Amino acid sequence: MATQIYQAIVDGILVGGVYALMAVGLTLIFGVLDIINIAQGILVVLGAYLSYSLSQRLGIDLFVGLLITVPAMLVLGVAIQWAFIRPLRGRERTSMTLLVTYAMALIIEGVLYRIYGPDDKQLTASYVTSSVHVLGFYLPYIYLLGFGLAVVLVVALYLLLYRTRFGRSVRATMQDQTAARLIGIDTSRVAALTFGVGVGVTAVGGMMFGATSGGFNPNSGYDLISRLLAIIILGGLGSIGGALVASVFMLTVVSLVDIWSPTWANAVFYAALVLVLLIRPTGFLGRQAVRAQ
Amino acid sequence: MTSQARRARLTAGARWSALVILAVAALVFPIVFTNPVLTNYGVFALIFVTASSAWNVFSGFSGYISLGQAVFFGSGAYAVGIAARDWHVTGTAVFALLPLAAVVGAVIAVPFGLVALRVRRHTFIVITIAVFFIFQLMAFNFSFTGGSSGLAAPFLPWQAATYNNPFYYIALGCAVGIIALAWLIRRARFGLHLRAIRDDEDRARGLGVRAMRVKLAAFTLSGAVTGLIGGVWFLYLTQVEPQTGFDPLFDLSIVLMAFFGGLGTIAGPVLGALIIEPGQLYLTIRFTNGYYGEILLGAIFLVVVLFVPRGIIPTGGEWIRRLTTRGRSALPPAEPAEVKPELRDPASSGPRGGAG
Repeated sequence: MATQIYQAIVDGILVGGVYALMAVGLTLIFGVLDIINIAQGILVVLGAYLSYSLSQRLGIDLFVGLLITVPAMLVLGVAIQWAFIRPLRGRERTSMTLLVTYAMALIIEGVLYRIYGPDDKQLTASYVTSSVHVLGFYLPYIYLLGFGLAVVLVVALYLLLYRTRFGRSVRATMQDQTAARLIGIDTSRVAALTFGVGVGVTAVGGMMFGATSGGFNPNSGYDLISRLLAIIILGGLGSIGGALVASVFMLTVVSLVDIWSPTWANAVFYAALVLVLLIRPTGFLGRQAVRAQ
Repeated sequence: MTSQARRARLTAGARWSALVILAVAALVFPIVFTNPVLTNYGVFALIFVTASSAWNVFSGFSGYISLGQAVFFGSGAYAVGIAARDWHVTGTAVFALLPLAAVVGAVIAVPFGLVALRVRRHTFIVITIAVFFIFQLMAFNFSFTGGSSGLAAPFLPWQAATYNNPFYYIALGCAVGIIALAWLIRRARFGLHLRAIRDDEDRARGLGVRAMRVKLAAFTLSGAVTGLIGGVWFLYLTQVEPQTGFDPLFDLSIVLMAFFGGLGTIAGPVLGALIIEPGQLYLTIRFTNGYYGEILLGAIFLVVVLFVPRGIIPTGGEWIRRLTTRGRSALPPAEPAEVKPELRDPASSGPRGGAG
């Protein structure tokens, strides 16, 4: 029993790393643009399909393929922001952006159905199925690589936000858009680039999702987006470190409940969210005051 | 002044006669179009008119966007199904269970609202999504819900040719009921409180609006009506599964309908549902593989949000107003012809000369 629990905790932490990769883009976009990107779920699936095509058709390794999919998704993100989200202003902006990103999700889902069909696909590689045995735990290689990648990405995003000129303008825009514009920051360029970076990072999450989910189809986005939203709310909206902490926490809880009752493991996901928010409405690492914009 | 008053009376008269024509058209629709394929469109359209209007009474008026209305819809459907099964209700007696669906919707809305309405904006939206998924999972996992195979409604011994008609009129009754209710709420102090919360909740509270009570009342009302129409939907389709009763697309569809027509207006969700639901149904039947309909729906969605961002009703009203004001600026050349008889009266020529 004890070893089962320890193994569950280890599994939860590792899967949490994968979820962090999918959630950081969502929370980054929220932090800077103040919008919830409902299309995040389907963008993860899109990333998975891109990796699938590269590895099946061209025989490119999954991790090497990221060098192609990340820039491609980054460009796509900038284009979506520029064409559909930038024009939205005014009081109903929050709900409008929700609808626009949902419409994007529908379109992308339809296109994926058209190209790949409704059957489940899975990413395969030598390191997807094998695992290493350490201290009595089974650690699949793909999760180890994914967790390492998650930590590296979170650190890289921190460096980008806190050590570069672009990061300074992003943070200034996060704090006060009007003031940022007054001191000469091109806030619409910052918004477009941030959206692009958020979607680009999601390509990594998509590849990991495709390799670890045990099969995905164009319909997988719906279940994903609700989980990712739960994670970023729990972590504190806009907090990148919070997304990592919340992913690991949530998936560990799910993995523990899974020992006793696999059917209820997913319900725990949402119940935990409701409970935590009742005690702490801003999430784990959220800012106290909700920004009024 | 008088011409303006006359115009106001004229538009009010036009509005009432349009309403009467619409009501008559709705009443005779199944008599004129007896084809079950067409009445099927009518039943679904009215179900969504009701659901979208019920959403609008809470979310449109208060500004709290709920993406968890399917919780009430599915619960209403399941309540009727479980009651009919456990109490051995058969035949047309099942319609007596519909009030139960409304009660179940309201009873679920109270604790749901007490938890979710403590937070605002994005967090509220996400909590409603989370509660929605909890309910879907419960429907899958409990034994009394019939698990993933769901529930079936009792058999109704009606002829296929006119099978849809009773459902049409029940759904029409629900739709008229919620529209009337929305109209009354909008005019009442309650509606004013809701809109004050939408505009600035903190200030509304400062001015003495009991925000939580008002929000919860609207949420419960919305939940009861959505539960009721969920029950009707279940009896019409004669079956419910966890993924059809608790359907994420249901939530997004009713929101889209309300946005399409005009958020917070009475006619907006009605118009939106009447256009979108038959359209969606047609696309699903036309393209059985689904994805063309999906892409088209998404594209329409984008066009609406980008070009008619406030919905058809407000934007359309603006266009009509612009057209009529353009008519007024074109009035002066026409005015002399109208005023000429009055010119014989020397008293009125004075001020006219001054204005000219």
